[in-house]
Amino acid sequence: MTDLVLENLSVLRGKRRVLQQTNLHLHPGEFVGLIGPNGAGKSTLLRAALGLVGAEGHSSLARLSPAVRARIAAWLPQAREIAWPMPVIDLVALAQNGRRDAPQVQAALARMDVAHLAERPATALSGGEQARVLMARALAQDTPILLADEPIAGLDPAHQIACMKLFAARAAEGRVVMASLHDLGLAARFCARIVVLDHGQIVADGAPEKVLTPDLLGRVFGIHCHIATVEGGLVLHPLESCNHLTWKEGSDAG
Amino acid sequence: MWASVRSSSLAFMLAAGLAASVPAWAEPAPARVVSINLCTDQLAMLLAAPGQLRSVTMLARDPSVSVLAELAQGYKVNHGKAEEIYLDRPDLVLAGRYTAQTTVNMLRDLGIRVEIFEPAQSFADLRADILQMGQVLGRDRAAAEIVAAFDTRLAQLQAKQPEGPRPVAATWSARGYMSGSQSLAAEIISTAGYDHLAERLGRKGGSFLPLEALVLADPDLVIEGHSRAGHARSEEVLAHPALHVLTGRKAAVQTPDWVCGLPAVLDAVEGLRTGQEGAQ
Amino acid sequence: MNRKLLAALTFAVLALFLLSLLTGVADVGPIRSLKALFWGGEGPLDIVMREIRLPRAILAVMVGGSLGLAGAAMQGLLRNPLAEPGVIGISAAAALGAVLALQTGLAATVPLALPGAALLGALLGVGAILFLAGAGGGTLALILAGIALSALASALTALVLNLSPNPFAAHDIVFWMMGSLADTSFTQVAVAAPVMALGWLLLARSAHGLEALTLGEEAAASMGVNLRRLRLAITLGTAAAVGAATAVAGTVGFVGLVVPHVLRPLVGANPARLLPASALGGALLVLAADIAVRKVLPGQDLKLGVLMALVGAPVFFHLIWRMRGAA
Repeated sequence: MTDLVLENLSVLRGKRRVLQQTNLHLHPGEFVGLIGPNGAGKSTLLRAALGLVGAEGHSSLARLSPAVRARIAAWLPQAREIAWPMPVIDLVALAQNGRRDAPQVQAALARMDVAHLAERPATALSGGEQARVLMARALAQDTPILLADEPIAGLDPAHQIACMKLFAARAAEGRVVMASLHDLGLAARFCARIVVLDHGQIVADGAPEKVLTPDLLGRVFGIHCHIATVEGGLVLHPLESCNHLTWKEGSDAG
Repeated sequence: MWASVRSSSLAFMLAAGLAASVPAWAEPAPARVVSINLCTDQLAMLLAAPGQLRSVTMLARDPSVSVLAELAQGYKVNHGKAEEIYLDRPDLVLAGRYTAQTTVNMLRDLGIRVEIFEPAQSFADLRADILQMGQVLGRDRAAAEIVAAFDTRLAQLQAKQPEGPRPVAATWSARGYMSGSQSLAAEIISTAGYDHLAERLGRKGGSFLPLEALVLADPDLVIEGHSRAGHARSEEVLAHPALHVLTGRKAAVQTPDWVCGLPAVLDAVEGLRTGQEGAQ
Repeated sequence: MNRKLLAALTFAVLALFLLSLLTGVADVGPIRSLKALFWGGEGPLDIVMREIRLPRAILAVMVGGSLGLAGAAMQGLLRNPLAEPGVIGISAAAALGAVLALQTGLAATVPLALPGAALLGALLGVGAILFLAGAGGGTLALILAGIALSALASALTALVLNLSPNPFAAHDIVFWMMGSLADTSFTQVAVAAPVMALGWLLLARSAHGLEALTLGEEAAASMGVNLRRLRLAITLGTAAAVGAATAVAGTVGFVGLVVPHVLRPLVGANPARLLPASALGGALLVLAADIAVRKVLPGQDLKLGVLMALVGAPVFFHLIWRMRGAA
C-alpha cells in the first residue's frame, strides 16, 4: 500500500510562516490523530499535504495530477458545503463517477448510517446527517489514504464514537488515515498515533500515552486534564484551563 | 391629410400675411438671419440676399442629406443651440416644425423673432414653403420665380408620363421604415410614373413595413434609404439576403433630393425615370 | 427519468420550431408555407420561408441554447442560482465588444471579428466578475459586481453609438439592451455558429467538474477535478456562447436564470444533467418568446428583452426572497 511522506513542508501566508519545515511519515495501518489549538496549522498541514495550497518542500501527494491523486487520497474538508439539493446517493456517487450502484457507494452509505436517507435532498438534512453524508462520499472514494479535517465536529456522541471506530477500522485494513481532532479524549482512545501541532510546528509525535502528558497539555493547550488507563486504553478528560490562557489572534485559522 | 391641411393653411397664411403682418411689411427685411433646420437652411440659401443669411446648421454641409452641401461651405455653421444662436444676435431665426421646442421657446423669450416652417409633405407644401421663405426674407419676387420654374419643369415631366400599367415602388430604409402615401416621397414616386406601395397597403403616414411583408408584396422597385456614414444595426436589414434575391434587378437609392421640399425633388423624379429606363 | 425529460424537451423544441416557421405578418396556411419551405422556388413566399423565417427560427434555437447552457454553467461554477450572464453584466460587456467591432468597421473587414469581439468583451466581463465577487460567488458581492459591470458596459455602449456618424446608430441602443431576432438571416447564423460551437464544446466538457463542485472547490479538487482548467473552460465557454449570442441577437436577459431554475428540480439538482436540459430549455424559451413578440404586436419589432424581463424578473424576485429566507 501507500505511505504518506512530507519532507520540509512549509507554507507561507503573506509573510507569516503558518507551517514550518514539517517532516512526517505515515504508514499504512496507522490511524493518526492530528491535534493542536486553534490556529496551530492543522488544516494548513492537511491541505499542503494534498497540494491544495502552495507550499515549499515535498509531499508525496502534492506532485500528483488531480486525477491520479483522487485515486490515492480522499479528502474531507472542514467546510461542509452542499451547493445544490441533490439526493444523498448522487452526492456519495460523485466519488465513483456518478455510479449509484457501485459497491463502494452502497457500502459507504451503509457504514455511515445514511442508507435510509439515500433519496432525500442532502440540503434538507440536519447538520450532523450532512456531515455523515459527506464522510460517506470520502469513504466511497475507496483510497489507500484518507485525510479528514475535523470530521466528528457536530456529530452526536454515538456517531462520534462510531466514526472514530470506523476510521480505526479503515486503518486496520491497511490504509493511512489522518484526522484533525479537537476532542482529545476520543483522540486518545481511538488513535494509534498522535501528532501535536503548535504554532505551525510538530511539537510531539507518537503513541497517545507517550505524547499526551500533563506537561504537553498544559504547555500547548493550556489545560489540566484527568488522565487514566481503563481497559487497556487511555482516558483523558479536560478539567480546567490554566489561568494564563489568553485568546490567540486569528484563532479561527484552524 | 397633410396635403389638404397644407393647401388650406397656405391660403390662410397668404391671407394672414396680407392682413395681419402689415407692421412687418413696414419693417425692413431682416439682415441677420440664422437657420437651425436642414430644410430651412437650404430654402434660405436658395433665396437669401447676399450677406443676409448668417449661419446654417452643420447638417447643411453633409452631402448625404443636403442638396446644397457645397454652397453651405460658404456659410458659418451652428449646432441649433439657443446659446450660440443668441450670441450671434440674429433678427430672425428660421426653424422647422419639429425643431426642439425648448430652443424655439427660449429664443422667443429672449425677444428673437422665430419663423416656423412646416415640413413639406407634398409639392403644394413645397411651393408654400418657398413662398413663405420669400416673404419672411423680403425676397418675394425671387421666391415666385423659383416656384414658376419648378411648375414649368414639373409640367414638362408630367407630359412625358411613361405608357402602360404603372409599376409599384416602395421606399424602404432603416428598421424597415416606409414613407406613407401622403408624403413628399409618394409624390416623387407617382410623378415618376409608379404607384407607391404605401398607397396599395392603405398606409397614409410613414410606418414600419416588416421585411416579410415587403418581400410578399414583391414591389417592382425598392428605393432604399442608406446613410453612408458609420454603421447602424438598424440599417443591416437593407442588406438582408431575401431583399437581394427579390430586388437585385431594381433597386434605387434615396438621395438628398428626397429629404427636403426643394425644387431638387424633380431631380429625384428624373433619377427614378432614367433608372427605370436603364433597368428595362 | 432524465432521458424522458430530455426527450420531452426535444419534442417541445421541435414543435415550437415548426410554430416559429409558421409565425409572421403574412397570413399563409401551414401547408402552403411548408411546401414553400421544402419545395419552393424563387417566389416571394418561398423566399420568406427560406431566407427570413428559417434562419430566424434556427437562430432562436442557437441563441436560447447558448444562453440556457451558459446560465447553468455559470451557476454551477459560482454555486449561486442568481449567477446569470445577463444579470451579472456579461451580456452587456459582450454587447460593448460587438458594438466596438461594428463601429470601428472591423466587423466588416475581418471574418468573425464581430463574435470574436463580443467574446472578448464577455471574457473581460466574466474576468471582472470573478475578480470582484470571488470564485466562491457570495450573492451580495456577485449582484453588486454585476450591477456595476452592467452600468459601465451599457454606458460605454450608448456612448459609442451616440458618437457614431450614422443617424440611426443611437436607435441601436435599444436593440443592444433589449435584444431581438427580427430580420436576421443566414449571415448571422454563419457568424455565430463557429464561436457558439466552441462555447458549447467547452461547457459540455465541464459537466463532470461542475457536478463535483457541488461539494466545494477543495472537495472537487480532491475528487480529481483540475480546478484551474475547469474555471478556464467555463469562463471561455460562457464568454463564447454568450458573446456569439449577443453579437447577433443583442442582450437577451434572464434566459439563463429562468430555465435552470425551473429545470433544476427535474434533474435532481445535478449540475451536470442540468446542462443539456438547460440548453434545450433555453432554446424552448427563446423560441416561445420570439413567437410571442410576433403574435402580440405583429409587424412591430417588440424586443425579446421586454418579454424575457416580464417572465424573468418575477423569478429573480422569488429567488432573492428564498435566499433571504435561507439566510
